Amino acid sequence: MPKAAVDYLYYLRAEKLPHMWCPGCGIGIVVKSMIGAIDSLGWDKNDIAVISGIGCTSRAPGYMDMNTLHTTHGRALSFATGVKMAAPDKHIIVISGDGDATAIGGNHFIHACRRNIDITLIINNNNIYGMTGGQFSPTTPYGARAATTPHGNIDPAFDLVELAKGAGATYVARGAVDNARMMEKYFKDGMEHHGFSVIEILSNCHTQYGRRNKMADAITMIDWISDQVVSNKKAAKMSPEELEGKIITGEMYHNTELAEYTDEYAKLIERVQAKAALKA
Amino acid sequence: MSSASSEKSDIVFWQGNEVVARAAIAAGCRFYGGYPITPSSEIAAVMAELLPEVGGTFIQMEDEIAAMGTVIGASLVGKKSLTATSGPGFSLKLEHLGYACIAEVPCVIVNVMRGGPSTGLPTAPAQADVMQAKWGTHGDHPTIALAPAFHREIYLDTIKAFNISEKYRVPVIILIDEVLGHMSEGMIIPDPSEYEIIDRVKPSVPPEEYNPYDTQYGDVPPMANYFEGYRFHVTGLNHGANGFPTTVPDICHNDEVRMIQKVMKDVDTLTEYDEYMLEDAEVAVFAFGSTARGAKMAVEKARQEGLKVGLFRAITLWPFPEKVIHELGQRVKAFVVPEMNLGQMILEVERSVHKEMPIVGVNKVGGVPVPPYEILEKIKEVLQHA
Amino acid sequence: MSNRYEARFSAVGGQGVLLAGDILGLAAQKFEGRYSLQSPTYTAQVRGGPTKIDVIIDDEPVMYPKTTAINFFLSLAQGSYDAFLYDLRDDAIVVIDPVLVTKWDEKYKTYQVPVIEITKTKVGKMIMSSVLSLGIMIELTQVVSKEAIEKALLQKAPKGTEELNLKALRTGYEEAQKLLAQET
Repeated sequence: MPKAAVDYLYYLRAEKLPHMWCPGCGIGIVVKSMIGAIDSLGWDKNDIAVISGIGCTSRAPGYMDMNTLHTTHGRALSFATGVKMAAPDKHIIVISGDGDATAIGGNHFIHACRRNIDITLIINNNNIYGMTGGQFSPTTPYGARAATTPHGNIDPAFDLVELAKGAGATYVARGAVDNARMMEKYFKDGMEHHGFSVIEILSNCHTQYGRRNKMADAITMIDWISDQVVSNKKAAKMSPEELEGKIITGEMYHNTELAEYTDEYAKLIERVQAKAALKA
Repeated sequence: MSSASSEKSDIVFWQGNEVVARAAIAAGCRFYGGYPITPSSEIAAVMAELLPEVGGTFIQMEDEIAAMGTVIGASLVGKKSLTATSGPGFSLKLEHLGYACIAEVPCVIVNVMRGGPSTGLPTAPAQADVMQAKWGTHGDHPTIALAPAFHREIYLDTIKAFNISEKYRVPVIILIDEVLGHMSEGMIIPDPSEYEIIDRVKPSVPPEEYNPYDTQYGDVPPMANYFEGYRFHVTGLNHGANGFPTTVPDICHNDEVRMIQKVMKDVDTLTEYDEYMLEDAEVAVFAFGSTARGAKMAVEKARQEGLKVGLFRAITLWPFPEKVIHELGQRVKAFVVPEMNLGQMILEVERSVHKEMPIVGVNKVGGVPVPPYEILEKIKEVLQHA
Repeated sequence: MSNRYEARFSAVGGQGVLLAGDILGLAAQKFEGRYSLQSPTYTAQVRGGPTKIDVIIDDEPVMYPKTTAINFFLSLAQGSYDAFLYDLRDDAIVVIDPVLVTKWDEKYKTYQVPVIEITKTKVGKMIMSSVLSLGIMIELTQVVSKEAIEKALLQKAPKGTEELNLKALRTGYEEAQKLLAQET
C-alpha cells in the first residue's frame, strides 16, 4: 500500500515560518526527514521531546510542534538524559551540529553512548561552526579553510561513526543530504531502536564552509558531498585504493542485545522496592 | 527509624549531608543528578540509596555541568530535582544555574563550601562562595540562597528551598560548608505538620491558549509539564511570553526586570534571620552558617562579661536582609562580621547600613572555622573605640 | 548555662573512631536528654592517615562545632597524637596506647593502655579498638552512663557486629577499672 502523503505542517509550528536558515541549507532537509520518520512511526506529538544545544542546527526544535527544549552549547544530551530519566516511556530526539555535539559536547556525547540510554541523536555535520561565523570544527577536513584556519586546517578530524561505536552507541548510521530517503530510513530505524542511536548526516553549509572553499552555493556543495559518499554495500566491493577519500554511508552498527539504561534503572527500582517491602 | 520507646526515641544523629538528602525526599524531591566532589558527595550517596525506594531517579553524570542539565530536564517533566556540589563544582554548575534562571525552571542546588579558589582545600570549610552564588552566573538574574546553621534548620530549609523554587520558578541555592556537611548533630526529625509543601502552579487554560511565560496571572507564570499536551518551547535565549526567542528590546528588558521583581517583591517574607540579644546591643555581630554558631558562643561570653553585644544571624543570604540591617545600623554603634572568607558579606552589611561607623571583619581562610575567642577579642576592640 | 564537655578520639584512618564518636554523641543526646555533636576531620586519606573525631556534649544546644577546651583526649598513633594534641585543658585526661605512642607530653595526666594488643587478644577485630577505647573513656570519665552508651552502641553498630562491639566496650571498662584500682 502506498504511504499517505505526510502532512508536514501538522508537525511544524507554521506561525514560526519562514525559518532562519540560509536558502539551500542542509538542515531543512534533515528536519523534513525527521518529520517523515516520526510520521511513519505514528508517534503522538505530545509524547515527543526534541532537544538541542546551540548553533544553526539547534534552532530546529523551535519549528517543531512538540515538547521542545533549546538548551546550552553542547549540553543538549545532559538535559535530554534528565528528561528521559524522568519520563522513560517518552520519545527523546536530540538534534545537534558537529561543533555542538562533538567539541563542547564531546564528553556528554561519549557518555550518552556508553549508557546506551534510549535517545536518538541526529548530528547535522556540515564541518563548520555556522552561527558563530565559520570557525573550524572537530569534523573540518584537513587543509580546509575556515574563519580560524585562514592558512588551512591542520587539525585531524573525528570520524563520528567510529567515535559513536567505540563509545558504546547501539545504533549508528551515516547518511547525507543528497539522499533524503535513506536519511529518513536511518532516522526511523534510530528512533525505533531501543537504546542510544547516533545518525550522522553529512550536510552542506555553503554560506560558511562553501564560500571559503570554492563551493559558494548549495548545489555545488551537495555535489561535492555526493562525489565523496559511497554506500556501505558498494564500499564492500571496492578496493582500499578506490575507497581513498571516500566517506562510507549506511547503517554502520545495530545491536539490540545490550541493556538500555532506563530499563536497567527500572529494574533497580523494582529490586530496591521489593527488598524494602520484605523489610516492612 | 527505631521504634524504641525509651528516652528521646525520635532523635537521630545524622551528618549534615545526610540531613539535606533526607529532607529533600521529604520535600518531594524525586530526581537527583550529581557528580562526585568532596565535601558534598555523601548527599549523592544517600540520594542514590533512598530515591529508588520512593520511585525516584538518581543519576551520576559525566561532569557537574551535565548533572545540572539533567536536573533542569527532569524538572521540566515535573519532578522536583536536586543537585549538590562544592567549590570547583559550583563554578561549573553556574552555566546551567543561569539557564534555570532565564528559563524559570525550579530546582535546588546545594553547595557544601570548601576552601578555594580552584581545588583549594577540598576537605576543609570555607564560606567564600557567597558572592559567587549571587553573581557567579553571567547576566542579571534572581538569586535566592539559604545558609542554615543547625541540622534541624538544614532539614527545614532544604524543604523551604524546594518550596521557594516551586513557588517562584527559580533555582534555589543552599549554602552550607564542610563543617556542617560532615558533622553529625542530634536532632528530632521535623514532623510534616511543622512545614508545608508547595508545588508549582499548573496552567488552568487549555494547551492551545497556553503561553509558558504568560504574566497575566502574576509575575510567576503557571508552568506546564512536558508530555501533558502543552507542547511548549523552552530556550536559554531571551524570549517572549510564548517562550520563543526575541530580541525586541522592550520585551527583553521588561522580562528580565520581571524575573528579578518576582522574587524581590516578596523580599520581606523571603528573608529569614535570627536575632539574639540585640535589643540593647551596642555591637551587633553579623554572621551566617556554621560561623554563626561560634559567634553566638562569643556573644554569650561577652554578655557574661557585661558587654552589650548581640547577634544577627542571617539565614537567607540572598536576597540580603537589607532593610533589617539598615535599621539595625541605626541602633548599634558597630558591627563585627566574622566569616570564613576575606570579607564578602561584610560588603553587604556596609552597603545596607550606609553610614560611617565601625564595621569590622574577623576572617579565616585557612580551612578552620572562626574561633569564638577571636570574635570576642574583636568585639572588645570595637567597644573600646566605639 | 553551658556545661560543655569536649572529647577527642584520634587514630589513623581505619581504626573506627567515627563509630566511637557517633555512639558517644547518640548516647548523650538520645539516651540522656543532653545535646551533642560529632565533628570529624576529613582527610583525603581514608585509610592510614592521621584522623580524629571531636565529640562535644552540653546541657544546652552545642553552638561552636569545634573544640575550645578538651576534657578527654585519646590517641592510638604517634602521628595523630602529634597532629591533634591541641585545645586541651590543663586538667584533661589523656589515654594513649604506649606501643604506638612512645613520646607524650607529661603535662597531662596520661593513662597508658595497650589498646591495640588488648583488642587483638580479647576481642579479635582490630576495627573494634576505638569502641574498646570508648569503654575506657566511659569508665574513666563517667561522662555518660553505661546504660546510655550501650543502648547507643546497639543502635549504631553495623548489623551483626553488635555483640562483638559490646564485648569491646565492656573490655574497655575492665581495663580502665584496673588502672583506677592501681591509683587507689
